[in-house]
Amino acid sequence: MSAILSAEGLHKSFGAVTAAADINLAFDANAVVGLIGANGAGKTTFLNIVTGYLQPDRGRVTFHGRSLVGLTPRAITRLGISRSFQIPQLFQSLTVRDNLRVAEDIAGAVRQADAMLERFALGPYADHTAGLLPEGIRKLLDVAMALVGKPKLLLLDEPTSGVAADEKFGIMDLVMDASRTAGVVVLFVEHDMDIVARYANRVVAFYEGRVIADGEPATVLRAPDVRRYVIGEETAHAAA
Amino acid sequence: MIWSVAAALAAAALALAWTAPQWLVFLLTLAIAKGVVVLGLLLLMRTGLVSFGQGLYFGLGAYGAALLGHWGGVADAALMLIAGTLAAAAIAAVLGLLLARYRAIFFAMLSLAFSMILYGTLVKSSALGSTDGFNLHAKTFAGVALAAGSERRVFFAAGILAVAIAAWLLYRLLDSHWGRISAAIRDNELRVDYLGASVYQVVYVNYVIAGALAGLGGSLAALAVGHVDPDVTYWTTSGEFVFIAVLGGTGNVAAPFLSAIIFEGLRTLASQYAPIVWQMSLGLAMLAIIMFLPAGLWSLRRPGRAG
Repeated sequence: MSAILSAEGLHKSFGAVTAAADINLAFDANAVVGLIGANGAGKTTFLNIVTGYLQPDRGRVTFHGRSLVGLTPRAITRLGISRSFQIPQLFQSLTVRDNLRVAEDIAGAVRQADAMLERFALGPYADHTAGLLPEGIRKLLDVAMALVGKPKLLLLDEPTSGVAADEKFGIMDLVMDASRTAGVVVLFVEHDMDIVARYANRVVAFYEGRVIADGEPATVLRAPDVRRYVIGEETAHAAA
Repeated sequence: MIWSVAAALAAAALALAWTAPQWLVFLLTLAIAKGVVVLGLLLLMRTGLVSFGQGLYFGLGAYGAALLGHWGGVADAALMLIAGTLAAAAIAAVLGLLLARYRAIFFAMLSLAFSMILYGTLVKSSALGSTDGFNLHAKTFAGVALAAGSERRVFFAAGILAVAIAAWLLYRLLDSHWGRISAAIRDNELRVDYLGASVYQVVYVNYVIAGALAGLGGSLAALAVGHVDPDVTYWTTSGEFVFIAVLGGTGNVAAPFLSAIIFEGLRTLASQYAPIVWQMSLGLAMLAIIMFLPAGLWSLRRPGRAG
């Protein structure tokens, strides 16, 4: 199966800090990929390069064979790549319904706002001002807005960060159900390994801008380098 | 229903135009001329921008109307209104290409700078009347000769019609997806960009609309006063528009007209009864509004749908 998104020889540095060093990745349809790594490992940089917020110093990113390098976030969104944010990016003074309607207006979608209200169980909050919502609902709205335009690829930046422990699985269930219904490929950055193990069918681990492991969740999460550099466990190798 | 109300208001405005004393007709004409400029400011404020330079387009509208007669020999008031509006819109379409890239204080100061450039140009240009400016005399309206003494009443009636159409169109715009996207830009440009819309394009179009509305206001004011001079572009004129916007609030398209009428009335009374300190009276009024009604006078009305 041909990759819908691929990165070849991707490199990005900020002064002396290397955030992406020779990244080579390809993602197929039906993938639900967890991107893991410690802070500063390069996960969000990868997302930001794919969505056009950052331009790589070297390398190539293609989506359905088309290069994304040099395109603006707006142009990339129009190609079918959408994202949510670690800190939800909402229209604070508008209601939940109007947040979704703005997304609907921009995408030229029809009746998607109401569909997302239902799919993300946001109906009870429809007339609430976005700036006054609890964090879990803000996260859901952030993702719902990203899905309104019917993207082909959805990038989620820490969808459960800042959410109470007893809410995170409920939020991820809604997000993943909605994504499956939309038939969208999902890449999500996450620090919570329980979430990664439960929802991803592939895991990519980053460390200092490099990919140190890539494969099935059970395999990657057991890899010594991942346990040492990502999860932070003392391994026999490290102890020696 | 809405058409019945509109028709009743139009009939009332026309009756007022022909029965009210001349001084009141003049005051109300100036008020609606400034109100329509503030209508444009309201659109910019919905987009998260405050312009301290709408005097530029108010002045372009005034001079555009006046120069049509002065240089072109045209003495038709309707053509003057159109010429002033188009002149302002054309310059806004050019300057907007630059200004739509700026936000916050940079947008405010750049808009102020352009208005002061026009002021300096007018003051130094004898061909444009220099500091004295020049008079304009409209003899017809849409080809119909104006009877002596009726000019201001006709300008007022025409002004009411023009600004009513402008306000209705703006209401529809704000109530449309364009209005929602404008408000979204005010809240979060980054997200609008990531949803796939051009923030620049929306800001640019709103800026040109605001410029055109200010041009309409300027040409109407010039017809009512019968004279133009560089003061119409001075920064204090731009400040008046911001004053009126803050006074009324941005909650409804009717707010700018309500607050413009109050502003003109307040200024007339203050300059009559406290001629030395009339600006202080306005300052105190502004202080009271900011302290007690930060969302403007329109917020006294029951909270409802904006538009």
